[in-house]
Amino acid sequence: MAEFLMPSLGADMDSGTLLEWLIKPGDEVHKGDIVAVVDTAKAAVEVECFESGVFGSILVEPGTTVPVGTPLAVITPGPAAAPEAPAMPAPALAAGPPPPAPAAGPPAPSPAPPKVPATPPIRHLARQLGVDISKLHGTGPDGTVTHADVEAAAAAMRRRPRVSPFARRLAAELGVDLTAVSGTGTDGAVRADDVRRAAATAKAPPAEVAPGPAERPAAPPAAVIPQPSVRPEAGAEADQAAERQAAMRRAIGNLMARSKREIPHYYLSTTIDLETITQWLRRRNRELPVPSRIVPAALLLKAAALAAREVPQMNGFWLDDHFVPAGHVHLGVAISLRDAGMVAPAIHEADTLTIADLMARLRDLVTRARTGRLRGSEMTDPTITVTNLGDRGVETVFGVIYPPQVALAGFGKVTSAPYAGDGLLGVRSQVTATLAADHRASDGYTGARYLEAISRLLQKPEEL
Amino acid sequence: MSGTRQHRAKPQDPAVAEAAHRRELLREMLRIRRFEERCVELYSAAKIRGFLHLYIGEEAVAVGTCRALTPDDSIVATYREHGHALARGVGMDSLMAEMYAKVTGCSRGRGGSMHIFDTERRFYGGNAIVGGGLPLAVGMALADKMRGIDRVTACFFGDGAVAEGEFHECMNLAALWDLPILFCCENNRYAMGTALERAQVETDLAARAGSYHMVSWAVDGMDVIAVEQAARRAAEAVRVGGGPHFLELRTYRFRAHSMYDPDRYRDKAEIERWKERDPIVTLTAQLKQDGDLTDHDLEVFEKEITAEIAHAIDTADAADTEPVEDLTKFVYSPRQT
Amino acid sequence: MNASTATSGTRKTVQGTRSHQAHDSADTGAKPVSYREAMRAALREALIKDDRVFIMGEDIGRYGGCYAVTLGLLEEFGPERIRDTPLSESAFVGTGIGAALAGMRPIVEIMTVNFSLLALDQIMNNAATMLHMSGGQLNVPLVIRMTTGAGRQVAAQHSHSLEGWYAHIPGLRIVAPATIEDARGMLWTALQDPDPVLIFEHALLYNASGPLSPDAGPVDIDTAAIRRPGTDVSLITYGGTLPKTLAAADELAADGIAAEVVDLRTLRPLDDATILASVRRTHRAVIVDEGWRSGSLSAEVSARITEQAFYDLDAPVERVCTAEVPIPYAWQLEEAALPQPATIAAAARKAVG
Repeated sequence: MAEFLMPSLGADMDSGTLLEWLIKPGDEVHKGDIVAVVDTAKAAVEVECFESGVFGSILVEPGTTVPVGTPLAVITPGPAAAPEAPAMPAPALAAGPPPPAPAAGPPAPSPAPPKVPATPPIRHLARQLGVDISKLHGTGPDGTVTHADVEAAAAAMRRRPRVSPFARRLAAELGVDLTAVSGTGTDGAVRADDVRRAAATAKAPPAEVAPGPAERPAAPPAAVIPQPSVRPEAGAEADQAAERQAAMRRAIGNLMARSKREIPHYYLSTTIDLETITQWLRRRNRELPVPSRIVPAALLLKAAALAAREVPQMNGFWLDDHFVPAGHVHLGVAISLRDAGMVAPAIHEADTLTIADLMARLRDLVTRARTGRLRGSEMTDPTITVTNLGDRGVETVFGVIYPPQVALAGFGKVTSAPYAGDGLLGVRSQVTATLAADHRASDGYTGARYLEAISRLLQKPEEL
Repeated sequence: MSGTRQHRAKPQDPAVAEAAHRRELLREMLRIRRFEERCVELYSAAKIRGFLHLYIGEEAVAVGTCRALTPDDSIVATYREHGHALARGVGMDSLMAEMYAKVTGCSRGRGGSMHIFDTERRFYGGNAIVGGGLPLAVGMALADKMRGIDRVTACFFGDGAVAEGEFHECMNLAALWDLPILFCCENNRYAMGTALERAQVETDLAARAGSYHMVSWAVDGMDVIAVEQAARRAAEAVRVGGGPHFLELRTYRFRAHSMYDPDRYRDKAEIERWKERDPIVTLTAQLKQDGDLTDHDLEVFEKEITAEIAHAIDTADAADTEPVEDLTKFVYSPRQT
Repeated sequence: MNASTATSGTRKTVQGTRSHQAHDSADTGAKPVSYREAMRAALREALIKDDRVFIMGEDIGRYGGCYAVTLGLLEEFGPERIRDTPLSESAFVGTGIGAALAGMRPIVEIMTVNFSLLALDQIMNNAATMLHMSGGQLNVPLVIRMTTGAGRQVAAQHSHSLEGWYAHIPGLRIVAPATIEDARGMLWTALQDPDPVLIFEHALLYNASGPLSPDAGPVDIDTAAIRRPGTDVSLITYGGTLPKTLAAADELAADGIAAEVVDLRTLRPLDDATILASVRRTHRAVIVDEGWRSGSLSAEVSARITEQAFYDLDAPVERVCTAEVPIPYAWQLEEAALPQPATIAAAARKAVG
């Protein structure tokens, strides 16, 4: 019997709140399947399980906050087989023992045999998006319904979202993304209540169940005789958003304080000539369609990743009083969130990616970071982090290292500046690169080599 | 066929025998005639629009009856009411401007030819629904009676209205309540294109009125003297509380029902026969014969009338139309609060 | 022929006649009064205060009025001012118009809206149009009262609700008193209006009874009224369907739906401000109209809500109207054809979702 534990999703994380289960007891799971969503007070993160088998009883209910390492559920290990047999009407529990009665879970533990093959997370996604999975044709192996199939079906539905005028207005006011709201009106139309529910769920403070439709606080709206059945007004939801922001800042604050407390930082800075890069980009981008154009940031990130491979003392973790170099370069990218918080998830093996791939991964990461759909591995895996405040107009940034990493590279704004070189005076593009490094793991000489590597790499864009 | 004795003028009657008076009657009829003739031209030139119903041939009726009414009496008429309006004293300028759709028209240009209203002259239209004015007239007479005001409401309508249920309702009600109303039925023998004989089993309209216990007379509507005499006697009787009276004024329109009408339903010979009884022609001849009218008199009349009409046209031409912003005015009265 | 008086036995418990007031009359000095009595009191007041007022209509005098509204008035005011007319709707309505033109203040009673069709020409082509057509010269200060509505098994030709038709005509003011206070107070205000006012009295309301303050007086005829405040859905109605709509609101309250009930009171002009304010509060609207659905007044109200409060709507505007059939005699068919509290509540639930 294996246990599925509350994972650690960051060095600063002591506890997490289970937000929702994506699978039910009795579901078959495979290593790597996303099975739950956990709130770390900085983001809602999808968590994968590391065992294959049959999901057993749930030990922690959604909405509960538990320390890292707490068992959340039980898995009965089974063979790490391929996804379920396609399109067989055989009962789903042929493989494992009958599941124990769930604490307070969904009714029938033996659900009706699935007509369409799909893993539990996919089925859950379909339910969430209001897609009738039985109507889909799976494009995966053996006709399995994939994530993409469900998303495509949802997108087709979404193309003409049915939203009542008032709900649409409310969504704009509350900052709710309508494409993510499932409607309870006629033919799935989104109504005001659906929007309110979505807003409340997105901003639910930890250890508190989001208010459902049955609950109606008695706060009366202005100028109408109070009735017991008044709905919660936007004021209550704004309070929840503020609370959430505060929680995030607390978490960031704690991390930064710890970093500064424990890590002896040293700082280096250099100005890098970007004229070659700038010209190269201009030429390249002219030939590319707008959505595929390359931004300078991608090149800076690639250079930072390659440099980390060249100077491995920058790429790894300070654990138990010694430096553990990482096997791969998982480049953490600092991303600001809308409500003034921040996350720094990883682009895995960034040094091996093409620029195009790097751009795509970066874009995807930013979108998911901002809609709260990052994965656990992205949160825990960065081996070195880059922060880029250039678009904020800052020229030089001196950052704070994210423990247990040992380095943080920073880039400021790309500017045009006068330049003296080869006996000539001119105007060229340049950027200020900085390094904050852990003096326990490296010294200034090593740090300087790192920055020098970045500078050199950025003179040969075609090799990035 | 005709069971009612037609009322004939008595030449010794001093009120009507007087030469000057008869010249006035002639002049009035001529004025109407020339006005209507001019309207034909103006309509053809598209200055007058919509529907135009001409009174040519029937002038004696309007002139004769209006002579019997005081300024305090009321008149309700039909869409063929130019003659009545002019005879009643509605200004020609006002009338022409109304047909030109100008704001200086008596109804601000909102009514046109069929809806002439002039409250100062106690002239209440101008009604386009056949028979539609009868209940209004009954109501006005009722009000006068309830308030003890001795005056007459003269209600004009055609032979066509006799077919409407409303006619019978109103005749009955007026007689039942003994109202001071003078029903003037202008029988020109055709309701638009339908001859009276084809519409009524009993064509003696004066006799029909008798069935409502109403004093009724048939009058030669082509003889202005006869009309005036009958109207005076009837109006006086009504005025002193004699109850409703009914005049069937037997007349004829020389032109078609309206400017749109090709007049296919009438025998040309019949029209010519009636033209021989043209009230203007006959009175002119009579006056000349009696030595009470010279050619010079006629010239003067014509000249004055032509000038008056020309002035009315010029004023109408120059006048403004009602601004479009005022469209919704006078749908409801302005709120007091 | 004309319908017999509704005061004689109608079938079983007639929907919508129960009073919706529950005050203790002893406190305010208000004594219970029927809608009929309230209207009669209004007529008496008018006849006493203004010599120009007189009443004309079929069987209003000797008979005492088809619905007994004018009972006793002939004896009190005499035949000059309480005039029985022959069965000549066109003539006596037109006579009313003429008398109004000439300075009187007639109140014409058309026995029911069903017979008003015979006078429609006078109402539309004269009463409604004279002011505009004469360029502002002629006001028609006429009041016409008519009984309207269905629900008494009097079959197709006696069961029309044509208020919506009349509300279509510019130049007329259309009111529908649905409460005792309005029956008492709308008439005098209508008489003061220089323009024609048509008052529609639903036959099923005459017997409704409730407290009326002894000094109840004229009320405005310009505004709609919130008869029952609520937050979840606006039930908009007028006249005879007000009691049914209030009953539906009670039903909905038991299910936790707080319905707001709006009584239109004036059908032309409509009080847009009150209607829209209500819908903006509740975000859902159900319009209850005893007219036939297509081209009805409810369609007009619905259109105005869409035009002016679209971005406040959480659901399509619902309508509960009479089925598009001539009203049948058989009670179960008539009941099924007309709006009922159950169908009103169902529409509300659909809107609330």
